[in-house]
Amino acid sequence: MMKEIRIHARAGQGAITTATILANAAFEDGKYALSFPTFGAARMGAPMNAFVRIGDNPIRVRSQIYKPDYVLVQDPTLLRGFDVVAGLKPGGLAVINHSKPASELGLVTGGWVLTVPASRIAREIMGRADRVNTALIGAFIAATGELSLEALEKAIYTRFSGKAAEDNWKALVEAYNEVKNRGN
Amino acid sequence: MVKGRMLQGARAMAEMVALCRPKVISAYPITPQTLIVEELSQIVADGDLEAEFINVEGEHSAASVCLGACAAGARVFTCSSSQGILLMSEVIFNISGMRLPVVMICVNRSVSAPLNIWNDQQDSMILRDSGWIQLYAENNQETCDLLLQAYRIAEDHRVMLPVMVCADGYVLPHAYEIVDLPDQEKADAFLPFYEPIYKLDVENPSTMGAYADPEKYMETRYMIQETLKKSIPIVEEVARDFSNTFARPSYGLFENYHVDDSSTVVVALGSMAGTIKDAIDELRTEGEKVGLLRMICYRPFPKEALYEALRNAVNIVVIEKDISLGASGAVATDMRAIFQGRDASPRISGFVIGLGGRDVTIDDIKLAIKKAQQQFEDADFIGLKEELELEGIDA
Repeated sequence: MMKEIRIHARAGQGAITTATILANAAFEDGKYALSFPTFGAARMGAPMNAFVRIGDNPIRVRSQIYKPDYVLVQDPTLLRGFDVVAGLKPGGLAVINHSKPASELGLVTGGWVLTVPASRIAREIMGRADRVNTALIGAFIAATGELSLEALEKAIYTRFSGKAAEDNWKALVEAYNEVKNRGN
Repeated sequence: MVKGRMLQGARAMAEMVALCRPKVISAYPITPQTLIVEELSQIVADGDLEAEFINVEGEHSAASVCLGACAAGARVFTCSSSQGILLMSEVIFNISGMRLPVVMICVNRSVSAPLNIWNDQQDSMILRDSGWIQLYAENNQETCDLLLQAYRIAEDHRVMLPVMVCADGYVLPHAYEIVDLPDQEKADAFLPFYEPIYKLDVENPSTMGAYADPEKYMETRYMIQETLKKSIPIVEEVARDFSNTFARPSYGLFENYHVDDSSTVVVALGSMAGTIKDAIDELRTEGEKVGLLRMICYRPFPKEALYEALRNAVNIVVIEKDISLGASGAVATDMRAIFQGRDASPRISGFVIGLGGRDVTIDDIKLAIKKAQQQFEDADFIGLKEELELEGIDA
């Protein structure tokens, strides 16, 4: 069984870090994983994708992901001009950094859409609204349970150190709890 | 727990190079090779590898430094891509002509113009006639495994020729995946210190690569050609020893993926083989007899072994990320030559795919296979933009 995750972001917003943390956590959970970015124009702020595949067997396919099980959107401005839910599998889930409820976004998809105010969480904890990746991961895990919290904690403390690690872990847990407490 | 570590490909490659203990490293940064030499430069600066990292002003110099250091008896490493490989090419031929066991990674990238930093395999394909041994890797684990083997092959006194390990740019060095690297002791046991047969030595002066008039030059080419042919079993021998030592398969000349019972066999090199394997698994579930021969050792070209492996195939589908402009894909041309004057005569179609980083999907692979099963294709481009086809530009 392989799960495919597509991340939408702008270059410089840490999508590769998001992908790396997910891949590392999958590895900590005893699974195989492959993560990779695609770059368009190599400049800050340009829309870009990162991809993660997680499976019980070694990952061989290396094409981009067109029919994702999950979509993560780090920057709400990408909803303008990009069909971020393109190809999302029926029953799949898109987790979007947005302050509005999913029903107000007008996205047409056979999958589910979940919003989380990741920018607000990042601003409150880290003082920077663009450090959204760990909050987004927290919401994603709360909704899907694809990875264990223990593995994610390890992955975050591998990727970051000191206060950055603590803050990112705090952001992940806050978004996780926020989604869990919605009770739907 | 899965064995190994989750590493960025570039980091894994740099650590593997360090485990091979080169004495001299020289390189000039170029995307997408840069990450590898940055990591190596850090490893040397941290004192974790006793080597001289020589910064230079361009790739011609990087290759020249490696040539010189190798001629002086040192194990060396360099790495480049695309325009960097082309700028090195003059020295690349000198290195093989002087019979120096230099090892490099070609991080495969397209060639300008137009400027394109993404992956295809045109850069290393251009150098297929250079007298270097070329090994193409499917994933980061294999890139690392082949690096260790590359030094063993190159420095074997029966070979004494350079080896280029080819790894698809971005697709491999920029990906994070699980890689299992040996410890230093095991790497050392597999790859002992380099003992040159000849080297520049002030106590015993000699000249290398100086001058060969029409009375001499042709024999130098003949000898490289003969040595390359004799290197084929050595590539196999080193792979066998690697598999036994590290308890992980290393396929030697090529990987046979369901070739034996297949009437249609795809031939491909490098990282797209993983995508092809998944496509083949899907087709086989539907009852199609399709396999993959994944070529690792492209030079020397193992004609006999390839003929034996493919003699029962009806359709051979060569899918490659290069084009000999004005002719056909390089690999397709080589594959067709194998069957000249032989009993078996499969239909050998050629497909050009993924140039300049265009994505290669499972559907693209299935399309190429389907086209090849219907009729002969010489060098059909897969994945062109529809608007070009509509305007008849590809006709």
